[in-house]
Amino acid sequence: MNFYLTYVLVATALFAFTALFTLFALYSERKISAFIQDRLGPMEVGKYGTLQAFADIIKMLQKEFIIPTAADKILFILAPIVIFVSVYLGFAALPWAPGLVPASLNLGLFYIFAILSIETLGILMAGWGSNNKYALLGSMRSVAQMISYEIPAGIAVISVVMIAQSMNLQEVCIKQGILSSDSIYFLGVWEVKGVGGFLAWNIFQAPHLILAYIIYFIASLAECNRAPFDIPEAESELVGGFHVEYSGLRFAFIFLAEYSMMFLVGMIGVILFLGGWNSPLPNIGAVKLALWTSGIGWGIFWILIKTFAVVAVQIWIRWTLPRLRVDQLMSFCWKVLTPLAFLCMLISGLWRLGIMQ
Amino acid sequence: MIKKVLHAFKTIFKGLSLTMSHFFAARKSRKVIPISDKNYFAQNSGITTIQYPHQKLPVPELGRYQLDVEMDDCIVCDLCAKICPVDCIDIESIKATEAIGKTSDGTTKRLYAAKFDIDMAKCMYCGLCTIVCPTECIVMTDTYDRSMPDLKEMIYKFSDMTAEEAEEKRKALDKLNAERLAAKEAAMQQKT
Repeated sequence: MNFYLTYVLVATALFAFTALFTLFALYSERKISAFIQDRLGPMEVGKYGTLQAFADIIKMLQKEFIIPTAADKILFILAPIVIFVSVYLGFAALPWAPGLVPASLNLGLFYIFAILSIETLGILMAGWGSNNKYALLGSMRSVAQMISYEIPAGIAVISVVMIAQSMNLQEVCIKQGILSSDSIYFLGVWEVKGVGGFLAWNIFQAPHLILAYIIYFIASLAECNRAPFDIPEAESELVGGFHVEYSGLRFAFIFLAEYSMMFLVGMIGVILFLGGWNSPLPNIGAVKLALWTSGIGWGIFWILIKTFAVVAVQIWIRWTLPRLRVDQLMSFCWKVLTPLAFLCMLISGLWRLGIMQ
Repeated sequence: MIKKVLHAFKTIFKGLSLTMSHFFAARKSRKVIPISDKNYFAQNSGITTIQYPHQKLPVPELGRYQLDVEMDDCIVCDLCAKICPVDCIDIESIKATEAIGKTSDGTTKRLYAAKFDIDMAKCMYCGLCTIVCPTECIVMTDTYDRSMPDLKEMIYKFSDMTAEEAEEKRKALDKLNAERLAAKEAAMQQKT
């Protein structure tokens, strides 16, 4: 019985976290965009507008569910659920701290990529179900883009898996810090198992993973439909893309999924490339910074800080770069990112065989 | 190809550093100072937002905004109503039976203003009425934010006479006119 109680508790905690994160990200996105554009952003609700996100969500909750007459009702109603649940389930396999992971799956990474692909289905359902040309166009673009970008992202991730020799994300994390049982080499030459810190992160263990991370990061932007790859929602062309017809709580769920997706892809990147929950501070001689800043509490702290930083960069990029054209997007994915990702995979193999023996 | 990628990275970096510099410049807001201040155009960085109802840009005391009439100085000459291009000023005058006082610049007032309405919803803020006014009693003030729930409230009534007073004055004028007419007729009859 307790068994099931834990399940429910963990699921609730994760949902509460995604909801809170969405509110926080909403506020910070509005503030960051405002500051970048020399504006103030929300200022009226609460001190410095801190309660703005809550006001927004209350507004959303009060709104009516509108289903267009010509819509395919079943698809239309199911789509936000499918979109959100697929992202939400992705959180199940992510480790938060040493020994703290909702589901320690041996195929964790594979599971996440599989479950995230279902989001594409939800988006297509939303676009088709709305029976609206803009929604359909947006969802078609979204699907084309997400499926294309999963290839460079997947291959970049595989190059990490080849280095880490595990698909279990908890294992991948452990192998990037002082808790590792194997020896770790900084740039393949300097033994840093006892030093830890940022020196033991995957991108520093094998420097070609920096390139892999850049590829993964760009592809992850495209996968969560963020600018400069936001052609599926392109406000100026498609009036919002696949979620034009949604209102109220259903729209809130799509929004929730979008922001949770940002956090999820950021967190996967952090786990695979940037040391996961490991402390960035190295042990320097007698000053055992890495040792002092490890543990469950610290683990959660570091992974949150790192992921927030990645999300902040995502927001920063969104408010800087203009949107790509569809053909540019596709040629960039297939002609630039995919070959580079293959190159990374090749180097990973050679690195594993030649240097990490 | 490599050149292209490098160019892309360079331009992306340029854009990102530009937005980042704006992000950090947003630590301070520009001060709310009037345009007459010599530093007005020197404030190039920082947040430009003026939080309007809380902060206001100072405007000159006699800005070109809402009209105001100082009725004590008005001689009801009707010039402003005549020059108004959109006919937003509506004046109804009653001749006084005798001089009723002086304005602050010494002009004698001989007319009562039974009605002095300015429809600010029609006003186009050209300022012509303030130029023709001989006693400078109609002026434009620095009040620019007046919104009303009803369009009728946009008609500002400046006349300080009540309807009864106006009626009384009208009767007095009619009486005087009648007396004069009678006197005139009497004079005419005497002549013939």
